[in-house]
Amino acid sequence: MVTRRELLLGSAGGWLLERVWAGEATDTLTALPGKKPLIRRAFRPPNFETPLADLVAPFTRNDAFFVRYHLAVIPPRVDPATWRLQIAGASAQRPLTVSLRELRGGFEHVSVAAVNQCAGNRRGLFTPRVPGVQWGNGAMGNALWRGVRLRDVLRRAGVAPDALEVVFDGADSPILPATPDFLKSLPVERALDENTLIAFEMNGQPLPHWNGAPARLIVPGWVGTYWVKHVTEIRIEPKAFDGFWMKAAYRVPTGAFPGSRFTSQENAETTPVTELMVNSLITSHVSGAHLRRGERVELAGKAWDSGAGIEAVEVSADRGQSWRDATLQRDLGRFAWREFRFALDTSKAGPLEMAVRARSRSGAKQPDKLTPNPSGYHDNIVQTVSLEVV
Amino acid sequence: MKGPRRLAPLVLTSLALAGACGLLWAAVGEESIQLKDAPGRDLTTGRCIICHSLEYIPSNAPAMNRAAWQKTIQKMKDRFGAPLTDEEAKQILDYLDGSYSGKS
Repeated sequence: MVTRRELLLGSAGGWLLERVWAGEATDTLTALPGKKPLIRRAFRPPNFETPLADLVAPFTRNDAFFVRYHLAVIPPRVDPATWRLQIAGASAQRPLTVSLRELRGGFEHVSVAAVNQCAGNRRGLFTPRVPGVQWGNGAMGNALWRGVRLRDVLRRAGVAPDALEVVFDGADSPILPATPDFLKSLPVERALDENTLIAFEMNGQPLPHWNGAPARLIVPGWVGTYWVKHVTEIRIEPKAFDGFWMKAAYRVPTGAFPGSRFTSQENAETTPVTELMVNSLITSHVSGAHLRRGERVELAGKAWDSGAGIEAVEVSADRGQSWRDATLQRDLGRFAWREFRFALDTSKAGPLEMAVRARSRSGAKQPDKLTPNPSGYHDNIVQTVSLEVV
Repeated sequence: MKGPRRLAPLVLTSLALAGACGLLWAAVGEESIQLKDAPGRDLTTGRCIICHSLEYIPSNAPAMNRAAWQKTIQKMKDRFGAPLTDEEAKQILDYLDGSYSGKS
């Protein structure tokens, strides 16, 4: 029997344009301007997922990188010549406004390789099902981001000792005035982390429009919701930001998950989703694939966490009774994903069920069971592919 | 019976209205998405497409039942400012529950 999870993974090579999915919808590939055809979850606001075949490369191509928006009013183009970034707020001692030229010319340039993953990646695989964009595995990608340190910009504006959070707004906005604009905040410590960037390049090219041109926030190790695109305004504030997208959205049950706490936004029931969980994805094979007996073939994929780095990726061919280490490939940086490879035993004909689990240098391991949460975040359970040696 | 063709102008009108509120990236192709034909479809289409294309409805159906649709409609009204009278909300709930409640 083919499960829904297997069907979702069944886009070997990305060539299969439409698949039956959950007996309801079909996955359709559609190209946004400047992008290659991606799995369309929604036309508007645009939500497009990277097909599995495009998650094989060490760095995800800019034109294949996933697209996620909450609000439908997106300027068709943000003009780099007229774009301005304002840094202000009650805890900014010297508010300032910079052009793209001033941003690029006025601060040290740094690069970081990092996974950008939507908090709701794999929501469509949740059992029981939960509402929201029904992502498969591709609301993620790995890229080399280049820009300036957010902290250098914040310090130019003067961070007062009472600063608690830093709030970010982008150029996208809602259609109805009553709809909350998409603003996010970070704890001031995370905003001042040396790895948090305002990036203007992705994989050596200017940011694609759909990934936040001309400049976006990069928060390595934290879920994509904080990586505000087309950023136009930054406010340093002494109080917890009370916008909808912090207080009511992107939250998980308090204490349900490990990782950084966002204490100024936490209450007894819920807390913001913050860091990525240790996770992995098999990119070489999907369930249902046939292998030739005696064929030399490797299982391969990616493993990542929130920045401790991947310590090991283990593979089991006996439903988790025994595990063997896969070979880790080149380290692209602790916030990037790490490729793993494992030689498959094709000496005997018959079914081959391969499970993969990653372990972080923090000691965290992928779990066997989902941690239920109403919004369907943090699906990092051990993945299994069912292959057949013939 | 209302044919699917009648919905295209409705979609375009709503997109035009939405566009008038600000810069809008018009999603070419979304007018091809049609909801199931049942009483309440035109109202549901007209209100939902003010802010988003219609895929969200069929794609979420497996996660939805009447209570979940009620919660979603309430959220759209209270949190996102969807212009809905109580009567319209009720009609939309009946339509979505009747056509798109797939949660087992």
